[in-house]
Amino acid sequence: MYRQTEIIKDSSEVSPGGGDLEEGGGAEFVINVGPQHPATHGVLHLVITLNGETIKKVEPHLGFIHRSIEKMCESLTYRQFIYVTSRMDYLSSHINNHGCALCVEKGLQVEIPPRAQVIRVIMDELTRIASHELWWGAMAMDLGAFTPFFHAFRERETINDIMEETCGARLTMNYMVPGGVMADIHPNFQKRVKDFIILFKSKVDEYDELVTGNVIFRNRMKGVGFLSKEDAISYGCTGPTARGSTASCDIRKLYPYEVYDKVEFEEILETGCDSFARYMVRIRELRQSIKIIEQLIDNIPEGDFQAKTKAVLKLPKGEFYSRVETARGEFGVYIVSEGGATPYRIRFRSPGFSNLSALDHMIRGGKIGDLIAAMGTLDLVIPDIDR
Amino acid sequence: MFIVKYIKEVWGAVRSLLKGMRMTGYYFTHHKEIITQQYPDNKAILNLPERFKGEVVMPHNENNEHACTGCTACELACPNGTIKVITKFEIMPDGKKKKAIDKLVYHLELCTMCNLCIIACPTDAIKMAQTFEHSVFDRNQLTKILNNPGSKIREGVE
Ligand code: SF4
Ligand code: SF4
Repeated sequence: MYRQTEIIKDSSEVSPGGGDLEEGGGAEFVINVGPQHPATHGVLHLVITLNGETIKKVEPHLGFIHRSIEKMCESLTYRQFIYVTSRMDYLSSHINNHGCALCVEKGLQVEIPPRAQVIRVIMDELTRIASHELWWGAMAMDLGAFTPFFHAFRERETINDIMEETCGARLTMNYMVPGGVMADIHPNFQKRVKDFIILFKSKVDEYDELVTGNVIFRNRMKGVGFLSKEDAISYGCTGPTARGSTASCDIRKLYPYEVYDKVEFEEILETGCDSFARYMVRIRELRQSIKIIEQLIDNIPEGDFQAKTKAVLKLPKGEFYSRVETARGEFGVYIVSEGGATPYRIRFRSPGFSNLSALDHMIRGGKIGDLIAAMGTLDLVIPDIDR
Repeated sequence: MFIVKYIKEVWGAVRSLLKGMRMTGYYFTHHKEIITQQYPDNKAILNLPERFKGEVVMPHNENNEHACTGCTACELACPNGTIKVITKFEIMPDGKKKKAIDKLVYHLELCTMCNLCIIACPTDAIKMAQTFEHSVFDRNQLTKILNNPGSKIREGVE
Protein backbone atom coordinates (compact mmCIF):
# COMPACT_ATOMS: atom_id res chain seq x y z
CA MET A 1 0.00 0.00 0.00
CA TYR A 2 2.82 2.37 0.86
CA ARG A 3 4.48 1.72 -2.42
CA GLN A 4 1.46 2.56 -4.50
CA THR A 5 0.92 5.95 -2.97
CA GLU A 6 4.58 6.65 -3.45
CA ILE A 7 4.40 5.91 -7.13
CA ILE A 8 1.42 8.17 -7.60
CA LYS A 9 3.21 10.94 -5.73
CA ASP A 10 6.28 10.49 -7.90
CA SER A 11 4.33 10.73 -11.09
CA SER A 12 2.63 13.95 -10.09
CA GLU A 13 6.06 15.40 -9.48
CA VAL A 14 7.26 14.37 -12.90
CA SER A 15 4.26 15.63 -14.77
CA PRO A 16 2.37 18.24 -12.80
CA GLY A 17 -1.16 18.61 -13.89
CA GLY A 18 -1.10 15.21 -15.55
CA GLY A 19 -4.03 12.89 -15.39
CA ASP A 20 -5.49 13.16 -18.83
CA LEU A 21 -5.42 9.50 -19.76
CA GLU A 22 -7.17 9.95 -23.08
CA GLU A 23 -4.37 11.94 -24.54
CA GLY A 24 -1.71 9.90 -22.79
CA GLY A 25 -0.01 13.10 -21.85
CA GLY A 26 2.54 11.68 -19.40
CA ALA A 27 -0.13 10.59 -16.97
CA GLU A 28 0.54 7.47 -14.99
CA PHE A 29 -1.91 4.96 -13.84
CA VAL A 30 -1.16 2.20 -11.37
CA ILE A 31 -2.93 -1.11 -11.42
CA ASN A 32 -2.34 -4.21 -9.39
CA VAL A 33 -2.24 -7.67 -10.86
CA GLY A 34 -2.51 -10.18 -8.08
CA PRO A 35 -1.85 -11.31 -5.43
CA GLN A 36 -4.89 -13.41 -6.32
CA HIS A 37 -4.96 -13.49 -10.07
CA PRO A 38 -5.14 -16.53 -12.33
CA ALA A 39 -2.48 -15.24 -14.68
CA THR A 40 0.17 -14.95 -12.00
CA HIS A 41 0.00 -18.69 -11.26
CA GLY A 42 0.17 -18.17 -7.55
CA VAL A 43 0.31 -15.36 -5.07
CA LEU A 44 2.47 -12.92 -6.97
CA HIS A 45 1.63 -9.25 -6.74
CA LEU A 46 2.62 -7.07 -9.67
CA VAL A 47 2.31 -3.32 -9.40
CA ILE A 48 2.14 -2.04 -12.93
CA THR A 49 2.60 1.59 -13.82
CA LEU A 50 0.85 2.34 -17.05
CA ASN A 51 0.75 5.17 -19.48
CA GLY A 52 -2.42 4.50 -21.38
CA GLU A 53 -1.91 0.90 -22.32
CA THR A 54 1.86 1.08 -22.41
CA ILE A 55 3.76 -0.34 -19.50
CA LYS A 56 6.19 2.01 -17.83
CA LYS A 57 7.22 -0.13 -14.94
CA VAL A 58 6.48 -3.51 -13.42
CA GLU A 59 7.27 -4.07 -9.78
CA PRO A 60 6.85 -7.57 -8.42
CA HIS A 61 5.98 -7.64 -4.74
CA LEU A 62 7.00 -10.82 -3.04
CA GLY A 63 6.52 -12.34 0.34
CA PHE A 64 2.94 -13.56 0.21
CA ILE A 65 3.93 -17.18 0.38
CA HIS A 66 7.16 -16.92 2.31
CA ARG A 67 7.48 -19.93 4.60
CA SER A 68 11.10 -19.42 5.65
CA ILE A 69 12.10 -22.77 4.25
CA GLU A 70 15.81 -21.98 4.51
CA LYS A 71 15.53 -21.22 8.21
CA MET A 72 13.34 -24.26 8.75
CA CYS A 73 15.93 -26.50 7.16
CA GLU A 74 18.50 -25.40 9.73
CA SER A 75 16.60 -27.23 12.44
CA LEU A 76 16.18 -30.42 10.43
CA THR A 77 18.72 -33.19 9.96
CA TYR A 78 20.32 -33.94 6.62
CA ARG A 79 17.81 -36.69 5.96
CA GLN A 80 14.82 -34.63 6.95
CA PHE A 81 15.43 -31.33 5.17
CA ILE A 82 15.19 -32.79 1.68
CA TYR A 83 11.42 -33.28 1.74
CA VAL A 84 10.85 -29.58 2.44
CA THR A 85 12.43 -28.59 -0.86
CA SER A 86 9.64 -30.36 -2.72
CA ARG A 87 7.46 -27.54 -1.49
CA MET A 88 9.51 -24.91 -3.25
CA ASP A 89 9.31 -25.67 -6.92
CA TYR A 90 6.57 -28.21 -6.60
CA LEU A 91 6.52 -28.93 -10.31
CA SER A 92 10.10 -30.16 -10.33
CA SER A 93 10.17 -31.55 -6.82
CA HIS A 94 12.26 -34.54 -7.85
CA ILE A 95 14.96 -32.31 -9.22
CA ASN A 96 14.99 -30.10 -6.13
CA ASN A 97 15.35 -33.17 -3.94
CA HIS A 98 18.07 -34.36 -6.25
CA GLY A 99 20.07 -31.17 -5.81
CA CYS A 100 19.87 -31.41 -2.03
CA ALA A 101 20.80 -35.07 -2.01
CA LEU A 102 23.78 -34.32 -4.24
CA CYS A 103 24.99 -31.62 -1.89
CA VAL A 104 24.76 -33.89 1.15
CA GLU A 105 26.52 -36.66 -0.75
CA LYS A 106 29.27 -34.25 -1.70
CA GLY A 107 29.84 -33.54 1.98
CA LEU A 108 29.67 -37.17 2.98
CA GLN A 109 31.84 -38.26 0.05
CA VAL A 110 29.70 -41.29 -0.69
CA GLU A 111 29.69 -43.00 -4.03
CA ILE A 112 26.19 -43.37 -5.45
CA PRO A 113 25.51 -46.78 -6.99
CA PRO A 114 25.11 -46.69 -10.79
CA ARG A 115 21.58 -48.04 -10.57
CA ALA A 116 20.51 -45.16 -8.36
CA GLN A 117 22.17 -42.66 -10.68
CA VAL A 118 20.24 -43.91 -13.69
CA ILE A 119 16.95 -44.06 -11.80
CA ARG A 120 17.50 -40.52 -10.62
CA VAL A 121 18.13 -39.21 -14.10
CA ILE A 122 15.07 -40.96 -15.52
CA MET A 123 12.94 -39.52 -12.75
CA ASP A 124 14.37 -36.07 -13.32
CA GLU A 125 13.57 -36.17 -16.99
CA LEU A 126 10.06 -37.47 -16.39
CA THR A 127 9.56 -34.59 -13.98
CA ARG A 128 10.87 -32.16 -16.55
CA ILE A 129 8.39 -33.43 -19.12
CA ALA A 130 5.53 -33.20 -16.63
CA SER A 131 6.56 -29.69 -15.67
CA HIS A 132 6.90 -28.45 -19.23
CA GLU A 133 3.55 -29.96 -20.06
CA LEU A 134 1.83 -28.16 -17.26
CA TRP A 135 3.54 -24.96 -18.31
CA TRP A 136 2.40 -25.45 -21.91
CA GLY A 137 -1.19 -25.94 -20.88
CA ALA A 138 -1.19 -23.08 -18.41
CA MET A 139 0.45 -20.70 -20.82
CA ALA A 140 -2.01 -21.44 -23.58
CA MET A 141 -4.73 -20.79 -21.03
CA ASP A 142 -3.18 -17.42 -20.20
CA LEU A 143 -3.55 -16.52 -23.84
CA GLY A 144 -7.16 -17.60 -23.91
CA ALA A 145 -7.02 -21.14 -25.26
CA PHE A 146 -8.61 -23.58 -22.89
CA THR A 147 -8.33 -26.94 -24.68
CA PRO A 148 -4.51 -27.26 -24.61
CA PHE A 149 -4.69 -27.44 -20.84
CA PHE A 150 -6.60 -30.70 -21.04
CA HIS A 151 -4.33 -32.10 -23.71
CA ALA A 152 -1.32 -31.37 -21.54
CA PHE A 153 -2.88 -32.88 -18.45
CA ARG A 154 -3.77 -36.05 -20.31
CA GLU A 155 -0.10 -36.92 -20.84
CA ARG A 156 0.94 -35.51 -17.52
CA GLU A 157 -1.49 -37.83 -15.83
CA THR A 158 0.40 -40.81 -17.26
CA ILE A 159 3.62 -39.55 -15.71
CA ASN A 160 1.86 -38.95 -12.42
CA ASP A 161 0.61 -42.52 -12.46
CA ILE A 162 4.13 -43.81 -13.03
CA MET A 163 5.39 -41.66 -10.16
CA GLU A 164 2.59 -42.79 -7.94
CA GLU A 165 3.44 -46.41 -8.53
CA THR A 166 7.16 -46.11 -7.85
CA CYS A 167 7.44 -43.21 -5.40
CA GLY A 168 4.04 -43.36 -3.75
CA ALA A 169 2.99 -39.79 -4.46
CA ARG A 170 2.06 -37.69 -7.41
CA LEU A 171 3.57 -34.29 -6.73
CA THR A 172 5.78 -34.22 -3.64
CA MET A 173 7.47 -37.57 -3.95
CA ASN A 174 10.43 -37.33 -1.57
CA TYR A 175 12.07 -40.19 -3.43
CA MET A 176 15.67 -39.01 -3.36
CA VAL A 177 17.58 -39.72 -0.18
CA PRO A 178 21.27 -39.13 0.55
CA GLY A 179 23.04 -42.09 -1.04
CA GLY A 180 20.51 -43.03 -3.68
CA VAL A 181 16.77 -43.40 -3.94
CA MET A 182 14.32 -44.40 -1.25
CA ALA A 183 12.99 -47.59 -2.84
CA ASP A 184 13.74 -49.68 -5.85
CA ILE A 185 11.72 -49.04 -8.99
CA HIS A 186 8.41 -50.81 -9.26
CA PRO A 187 8.51 -53.98 -11.43
CA ASN A 188 6.10 -52.30 -13.88
CA PHE A 189 8.18 -49.15 -14.11
CA GLN A 190 10.16 -49.92 -17.26
CA LYS A 191 7.18 -51.18 -19.17
CA ARG A 192 5.04 -48.22 -18.24
CA VAL A 193 7.72 -45.70 -19.12
CA LYS A 194 8.16 -47.36 -22.51
CA ASP A 195 4.42 -47.18 -23.08
CA PHE A 196 4.56 -43.55 -22.13
CA ILE A 197 7.34 -42.84 -24.63
CA ILE A 198 5.26 -44.32 -27.43
CA LEU A 199 2.17 -42.42 -26.33
CA PHE A 200 4.03 -39.17 -25.89
CA LYS A 201 5.72 -39.28 -29.27
CA SER A 202 2.38 -39.52 -30.99
CA LYS A 203 0.91 -36.74 -28.90
CA VAL A 204 3.67 -34.15 -28.93
CA ASP A 205 2.96 -33.43 -32.58
CA GLU A 206 -0.57 -32.55 -31.58
CA TYR A 207 0.88 -29.80 -29.43
CA ASP A 208 2.53 -28.22 -32.43
CA GLU A 209 -0.60 -28.57 -34.46
CA LEU A 210 -2.83 -27.06 -31.84
CA VAL A 211 -0.71 -24.21 -30.53
CA THR A 212 2.71 -23.73 -32.10
CA GLY A 213 1.48 -23.19 -35.62
CA ASN A 214 -1.57 -21.19 -34.61
CA VAL A 215 -1.56 -17.71 -36.07
CA ILE A 216 -3.12 -15.98 -33.07
CA PHE A 217 -0.61 -17.56 -30.79
CA ARG A 218 2.36 -16.71 -32.98
CA ASN A 219 1.36 -13.11 -33.37
CA ARG A 220 0.99 -12.70 -29.64
CA MET A 221 4.36 -14.29 -28.98
CA LYS A 222 6.72 -13.04 -31.64
CA GLY A 223 8.67 -9.94 -30.74
CA VAL A 224 7.07 -9.77 -27.30
CA GLY A 225 9.20 -9.62 -24.19
CA PHE A 226 12.55 -9.13 -25.85
CA LEU A 227 15.50 -10.14 -23.69
CA SER A 228 18.96 -9.91 -25.23
CA LYS A 229 21.71 -12.36 -24.41
CA GLU A 230 23.67 -9.81 -22.41
CA ASP A 231 20.63 -8.86 -20.36
CA ALA A 232 19.73 -12.48 -19.76
CA ILE A 233 23.18 -13.09 -18.37
CA SER A 234 23.34 -9.92 -16.30
CA TYR A 235 19.93 -10.59 -14.76
CA GLY A 236 21.09 -14.08 -13.87
CA CYS A 237 18.44 -15.82 -15.93
CA THR A 238 18.90 -19.53 -16.35
CA GLY A 239 17.06 -22.39 -17.92
CA PRO A 240 14.80 -22.03 -20.94
CA THR A 241 14.46 -18.30 -20.27
CA ALA A 242 18.16 -17.72 -20.91
CA ARG A 243 18.45 -20.38 -23.59
CA GLY A 244 15.74 -18.60 -25.57
CA SER A 245 18.24 -15.73 -25.70
CA THR A 246 21.10 -17.97 -26.90
CA ALA A 247 22.83 -17.92 -23.52
CA SER A 248 24.19 -21.40 -23.00
CA CYS A 249 23.53 -22.36 -19.41
CA ASP A 250 22.41 -25.98 -19.24
CA ILE A 251 23.93 -27.40 -16.05
CA ARG A 252 23.45 -30.89 -17.43
CA LYS A 253 25.97 -30.02 -20.16
CA LEU A 254 28.25 -27.56 -18.42
CA TYR A 255 28.66 -29.32 -15.08
CA PRO A 256 27.34 -32.83 -15.71
CA TYR A 257 26.14 -34.72 -12.68
CA GLU A 258 25.10 -38.36 -12.40
CA VAL A 259 25.02 -39.93 -15.86
CA TYR A 260 24.30 -36.84 -17.91
CA ASP A 261 27.78 -36.94 -19.41
CA LYS A 262 27.13 -40.44 -20.75
CA VAL A 263 23.85 -39.80 -22.51
CA GLU A 264 23.41 -38.03 -25.77
CA PHE A 265 21.26 -34.96 -25.90
CA GLU A 266 21.36 -31.46 -27.25
CA GLU A 267 21.34 -28.25 -25.36
CA ILE A 268 18.51 -26.33 -26.97
CA LEU A 269 19.34 -22.78 -27.94
CA GLU A 270 17.03 -20.41 -29.78
CA THR A 271 18.06 -17.14 -31.34
CA GLY A 272 14.75 -15.30 -31.22
CA CYS A 273 15.26 -13.76 -27.76
CA ASP A 274 11.50 -13.22 -27.50
CA SER A 275 8.59 -15.07 -25.94
CA PHE A 276 8.25 -17.37 -28.90
CA ALA A 277 11.89 -18.41 -28.63
CA ARG A 278 11.42 -19.32 -24.99
CA TYR A 279 8.33 -21.26 -25.95
CA MET A 280 10.22 -23.17 -28.62
CA VAL A 281 13.05 -24.02 -26.23
CA ARG A 282 10.64 -25.79 -23.93
CA ILE A 283 8.79 -27.59 -26.69
CA ARG A 284 12.07 -28.85 -28.13
CA GLU A 285 13.32 -29.80 -24.68
CA LEU A 286 10.39 -32.15 -24.33
CA ARG A 287 11.77 -34.19 -27.20
CA GLN A 288 15.28 -34.12 -25.75
CA SER A 289 14.03 -35.41 -22.42
CA ILE A 290 12.29 -38.27 -24.17
CA LYS A 291 15.55 -39.00 -25.96
CA ILE A 292 17.43 -39.22 -22.65
CA ILE A 293 14.83 -41.53 -21.14
CA GLU A 294 14.89 -43.73 -24.23
CA GLN A 295 18.63 -44.22 -23.89
CA LEU A 296 18.47 -45.10 -20.23
CA ILE A 297 15.29 -47.04 -19.73
CA ASP A 298 16.65 -50.31 -21.14
CA ASN A 299 20.04 -49.86 -19.54
CA ILE A 300 19.29 -49.57 -15.85
CA PRO A 301 22.27 -51.38 -14.31
CA GLU A 302 21.71 -54.05 -11.70
CA GLY A 303 22.86 -53.45 -8.15
CA ASP A 304 21.93 -51.47 -5.10
CA PHE A 305 19.55 -48.58 -5.31
CA GLN A 306 21.03 -46.93 -2.25
CA ALA A 307 24.55 -46.62 -0.89
CA LYS A 308 25.16 -47.61 2.70
CA THR A 309 25.09 -44.54 4.90
CA LYS A 310 25.22 -44.07 8.65
CA ALA A 311 21.98 -43.77 10.59
CA VAL A 312 22.83 -40.21 11.65
CA LEU A 313 24.44 -38.20 8.90
CA LYS A 314 27.06 -35.68 9.92
CA LEU A 315 28.70 -33.47 7.35
CA PRO A 316 32.29 -32.41 8.01
CA LYS A 317 32.95 -28.79 8.83
CA GLY A 318 32.92 -26.70 5.71
CA GLU A 319 30.87 -25.33 2.88
CA PHE A 320 29.26 -27.36 0.12
CA TYR A 321 27.55 -26.29 -3.04
CA SER A 322 25.88 -28.32 -5.72
CA ARG A 323 23.66 -27.42 -8.61
CA VAL A 324 21.19 -29.13 -10.84
CA GLU A 325 19.12 -28.11 -13.83
CA THR A 326 15.43 -28.00 -12.95
CA ALA A 327 12.71 -27.43 -15.47
CA ARG A 328 13.10 -23.70 -14.85
CA GLY A 329 16.83 -23.27 -14.64
CA GLU A 330 19.70 -23.62 -12.28
CA PHE A 331 18.87 -24.74 -8.78
CA GLY A 332 21.73 -24.42 -6.33
CA VAL A 333 22.06 -25.71 -2.78
CA TYR A 334 24.60 -24.19 -0.45
CA ILE A 335 25.20 -25.82 2.91
CA VAL A 336 27.43 -24.51 5.66
CA SER A 337 28.20 -27.23 8.15
CA GLU A 338 29.70 -26.92 11.60
CA GLY A 339 30.14 -30.65 11.82
CA GLY A 340 26.83 -31.35 13.52
CA ALA A 341 23.81 -33.35 12.50
CA THR A 342 21.96 -30.28 11.30
CA PRO A 343 23.22 -27.65 8.87
CA TYR A 344 24.45 -24.33 10.23
CA ARG A 345 23.07 -22.46 7.26
CA ILE A 346 21.30 -23.47 4.11
CA ARG A 347 20.73 -21.29 1.13
CA PHE A 348 18.90 -22.16 -2.05
CA ARG A 349 19.46 -20.48 -5.35
CA SER A 350 16.13 -20.80 -7.10
CA PRO A 351 15.77 -20.15 -10.81
CA GLY A 352 12.41 -18.41 -10.60
CA PHE A 353 13.67 -15.43 -8.62
CA SER A 354 16.26 -14.34 -11.17
CA ASN A 355 13.96 -15.04 -14.08
CA LEU A 356 11.25 -12.88 -12.54
CA SER A 357 13.72 -10.02 -12.02
CA ALA A 358 14.09 -9.72 -15.78
CA LEU A 359 10.35 -9.23 -16.28
CA ASP A 360 10.44 -5.47 -15.75
CA HIS A 361 13.23 -5.02 -18.26
CA MET A 362 11.56 -7.31 -20.76
CA ILE A 363 8.18 -5.71 -20.82
CA ARG A 364 8.89 -2.00 -20.41
CA GLY A 365 7.33 -0.15 -23.29
CA GLY A 366 5.14 -3.07 -24.21
CA LYS A 367 1.41 -3.34 -23.94
CA ILE A 368 -0.37 -4.72 -20.92
CA GLY A 369 -1.74 -7.69 -22.85
CA ASP A 370 1.81 -8.68 -23.69
CA LEU A 371 2.72 -8.77 -20.03
CA ILE A 372 0.68 -11.90 -19.55
CA ALA A 373 2.21 -13.52 -22.61
CA ALA A 374 5.76 -12.69 -21.52
CA MET A 375 5.12 -13.79 -17.97
CA GLY A 376 3.68 -17.06 -19.20
CA THR A 377 6.91 -17.91 -20.99
CA LEU A 378 8.97 -17.26 -17.87
CA ASP A 379 7.26 -20.27 -16.30
CA LEU A 380 7.10 -18.84 -12.83
CA VAL A 381 6.36 -20.98 -9.83
CA ILE A 382 5.76 -18.58 -6.98
CA PRO A 383 6.61 -20.81 -3.98
CA ASP A 384 9.98 -21.25 -5.64
CA ILE A 385 10.53 -17.50 -5.74
CA ASP A 386 9.35 -16.79 -2.23
CA ARG A 387 10.45 -19.94 -0.43
CA MET B 1 3.96 -7.89 -54.40
CA PHE B 2 2.38 -6.56 -51.27
CA ILE B 3 -0.97 -8.04 -52.18
CA VAL B 4 0.51 -11.50 -52.79
CA LYS B 5 2.22 -11.43 -49.44
CA TYR B 6 -0.97 -10.29 -47.79
CA ILE B 7 -3.04 -13.08 -49.34
CA LYS B 8 -0.40 -15.63 -48.44
CA GLU B 9 -0.47 -14.47 -44.85
CA VAL B 10 -4.23 -14.63 -44.65
CA TRP B 11 -4.25 -18.07 -46.21
CA GLY B 12 -1.60 -19.28 -43.74
CA ALA B 13 -3.58 -17.90 -40.85
CA VAL B 14 -6.80 -19.56 -41.92
CA ARG B 15 -4.98 -22.83 -42.51
CA SER B 16 -3.43 -22.82 -39.04
CA LEU B 17 -6.80 -22.21 -37.47
CA LEU B 18 -8.41 -24.98 -39.50
CA LYS B 19 -5.63 -27.33 -38.47
CA GLY B 20 -6.40 -26.73 -34.82
CA MET B 21 -10.11 -27.06 -35.46
CA ARG B 22 -9.54 -30.38 -37.21
CA MET B 23 -7.97 -31.80 -34.10
CA THR B 24 -10.75 -30.50 -31.91
CA GLY B 25 -13.21 -32.08 -34.33
CA TYR B 26 -11.34 -35.35 -34.19
CA TYR B 27 -11.66 -35.58 -30.43
CA PHE B 28 -15.23 -34.39 -30.62
CA THR B 29 -16.16 -37.38 -32.75
CA HIS B 30 -13.91 -40.00 -31.10
CA HIS B 31 -15.39 -40.57 -27.70
CA LYS B 32 -13.22 -43.60 -27.02
CA GLU B 33 -10.11 -41.46 -26.72
CA ILE B 34 -11.53 -39.44 -23.90
CA ILE B 35 -9.92 -40.60 -20.70
CA THR B 36 -11.69 -38.41 -18.17
CA GLN B 37 -13.09 -40.32 -15.23
CA GLN B 38 -15.76 -39.04 -12.91
CA TYR B 39 -14.89 -39.19 -9.27
CA PRO B 40 -16.49 -40.67 -7.11
CA ASP B 41 -18.31 -42.74 -9.76
CA ASN B 42 -15.02 -44.41 -10.67
CA LYS B 43 -14.40 -45.80 -7.20
CA ALA B 44 -14.71 -49.40 -8.36
CA ILE B 45 -11.83 -49.00 -10.82
CA LEU B 46 -9.83 -46.56 -8.72
CA ASN B 47 -7.02 -48.83 -7.61
CA LEU B 48 -4.24 -47.01 -5.90
CA PRO B 49 -0.81 -48.62 -6.12
CA GLU B 50 0.40 -50.39 -2.99
CA ARG B 51 3.17 -47.85 -2.49
CA PHE B 52 0.77 -44.93 -2.39
CA LYS B 53 1.32 -42.86 0.74
CA GLY B 54 -2.06 -42.09 2.23
CA GLU B 55 -1.66 -42.25 5.97
CA VAL B 56 0.46 -44.05 8.53
CA VAL B 57 -1.19 -47.10 10.07
CA MET B 58 -0.05 -49.87 12.37
CA PRO B 59 -1.11 -53.30 11.19
CA HIS B 60 -2.37 -55.71 13.87
CA ASN B 61 -2.72 -59.46 13.49
CA GLU B 62 -5.80 -61.47 14.44
CA ASN B 63 -4.72 -61.68 18.10
CA ASN B 64 -4.64 -57.89 18.34
CA GLU B 65 -0.85 -57.85 18.35
CA HIS B 66 1.47 -55.38 16.70
CA ALA B 67 5.22 -55.23 16.19
CA CYS B 68 6.02 -51.91 17.86
CA THR B 69 8.67 -52.00 20.57
CA GLY B 70 8.38 -48.36 21.51
CA CYS B 71 11.89 -47.49 20.38
CA THR B 72 10.86 -43.95 19.24
CA ALA B 73 12.93 -44.19 16.07
CA CYS B 74 9.92 -43.02 14.09
CA GLU B 75 9.41 -40.05 16.37
CA LEU B 76 13.02 -38.97 15.89
CA ALA B 77 12.90 -39.46 12.13
CA CYS B 78 9.78 -37.40 11.63
CA PRO B 79 10.59 -33.89 10.46
CA ASN B 80 7.51 -32.21 11.88
CA GLY B 81 6.57 -33.89 15.12
CA THR B 82 3.69 -35.88 13.73
CA ILE B 83 4.31 -38.98 15.80
CA LYS B 84 4.49 -39.11 19.58
CA VAL B 85 5.34 -42.40 21.25
CA ILE B 86 4.07 -42.70 24.81
CA THR B 87 5.65 -45.65 26.57
CA LYS B 88 4.82 -47.47 29.77
CA PHE B 89 6.42 -50.30 31.76
CA GLU B 90 4.67 -53.61 31.69
CA ILE B 91 5.18 -56.11 34.48
CA MET B 92 5.98 -59.43 32.90
CA PRO B 93 4.74 -62.72 34.43
CA ASP B 94 8.22 -63.38 35.80
CA GLY B 95 8.20 -60.06 37.64
CA LYS B 96 10.53 -58.23 35.24
CA LYS B 97 9.66 -54.82 33.93
CA LYS B 98 9.51 -54.35 30.18
CA LYS B 99 9.13 -51.20 28.11
CA ALA B 100 6.11 -51.20 25.82
CA ILE B 101 4.03 -48.60 24.07
CA ASP B 102 1.04 -47.16 25.78
CA LYS B 103 -0.08 -45.02 22.87
CA LEU B 104 1.37 -44.13 19.50
CA VAL B 105 -0.24 -40.79 18.76
CA TYR B 106 -0.34 -39.76 15.13
CA HIS B 107 -1.41 -36.30 13.95
CA LEU B 108 -2.66 -36.77 10.44
CA GLU B 109 -3.09 -33.03 10.00
CA LEU B 110 0.67 -32.51 10.40
CA CYS B 111 1.83 -35.45 8.34
CA THR B 112 3.46 -34.70 5.00
CA MET B 113 3.57 -38.36 3.87
CA CYS B 114 7.32 -38.26 3.52
CA ASN B 115 7.80 -41.95 4.39
CA LEU B 116 10.78 -41.27 6.68
CA CYS B 117 9.17 -42.89 9.73
CA ILE B 118 8.39 -46.04 7.78
CA ILE B 119 11.99 -46.55 6.65
CA ALA B 120 13.27 -45.67 10.13
CA CYS B 121 11.20 -48.31 11.94
CA PRO B 122 13.44 -51.29 12.72
CA THR B 123 10.59 -53.78 13.13
CA ASP B 124 8.30 -52.63 10.28
CA ALA B 125 5.55 -51.98 12.79
CA ILE B 126 4.04 -49.13 10.80
CA LYS B 127 3.22 -48.83 7.13
CA MET B 128 1.48 -46.57 4.70
CA ALA B 129 -2.19 -47.14 3.96
CA GLN B 130 -3.80 -46.29 0.65
CA THR B 131 -6.67 -44.23 2.00
CA PHE B 132 -6.94 -40.71 0.69
CA GLU B 133 -10.32 -39.32 1.70
CA HIS B 134 -9.26 -37.68 4.92
CA SER B 135 -11.74 -34.84 5.27
CA VAL B 136 -13.54 -34.67 8.60
CA PHE B 137 -15.72 -32.07 10.27
CA ASP B 138 -13.53 -31.48 13.27
CA ARG B 139 -9.76 -31.37 13.23
CA ASN B 140 -9.58 -33.25 16.51
CA GLN B 141 -10.69 -36.31 14.61
CA LEU B 142 -7.43 -36.19 12.70
CA THR B 143 -5.41 -37.03 15.80
CA LYS B 144 -5.29 -40.79 15.85
CA ILE B 145 -3.97 -43.45 18.16
CA LEU B 146 -2.41 -46.08 15.98
CA ASN B 147 -2.31 -49.05 18.33
CA ASN B 148 -5.64 -50.73 19.01
CA PRO B 149 -6.94 -50.61 22.56
CA GLY B 150 -5.68 -53.58 24.55
CA SER B 151 -3.17 -54.54 21.90
CA LYS B 152 0.11 -56.23 22.76
CA ILE B 153 3.46 -56.65 21.16
CA ARG B 154 3.79 -59.73 19.01
CA GLU B 155 5.82 -62.64 20.40
CA GLY B 156 9.39 -62.70 19.24
CA VAL B 157 9.69 -59.07 18.21
CA GLU B 158 12.61 -57.43 19.95
S1 SF4 C 1 5.24 -39.78 6.92
FE1 SF4 C 1 6.77 -38.22 7.44
S2 SF4 C 1 5.59 -36.56 8.36
FE2 SF4 C 1 4.27 -38.36 8.37
S3 SF4 C 1 4.59 -39.29 10.37
FE3 SF4 C 1 6.02 -40.28 8.96
S4 SF4 C 1 7.91 -39.12 9.15
FE4 SF4 C 1 6.28 -37.86 10.04
S1 SF4 D 1 6.59 -47.77 15.25
FE1 SF4 D 1 8.61 -48.67 14.86
S2 SF4 D 1 10.03 -46.97 15.08
FE2 SF4 D 1 8.10 -46.31 16.00
S3 SF4 D 1 8.32 -46.78 18.18
FE3 SF4 D 1 7.31 -48.53 17.23
S4 SF4 D 1 8.99 -49.93 16.69
FE4 SF4 D 1 9.93 -47.94 17.11
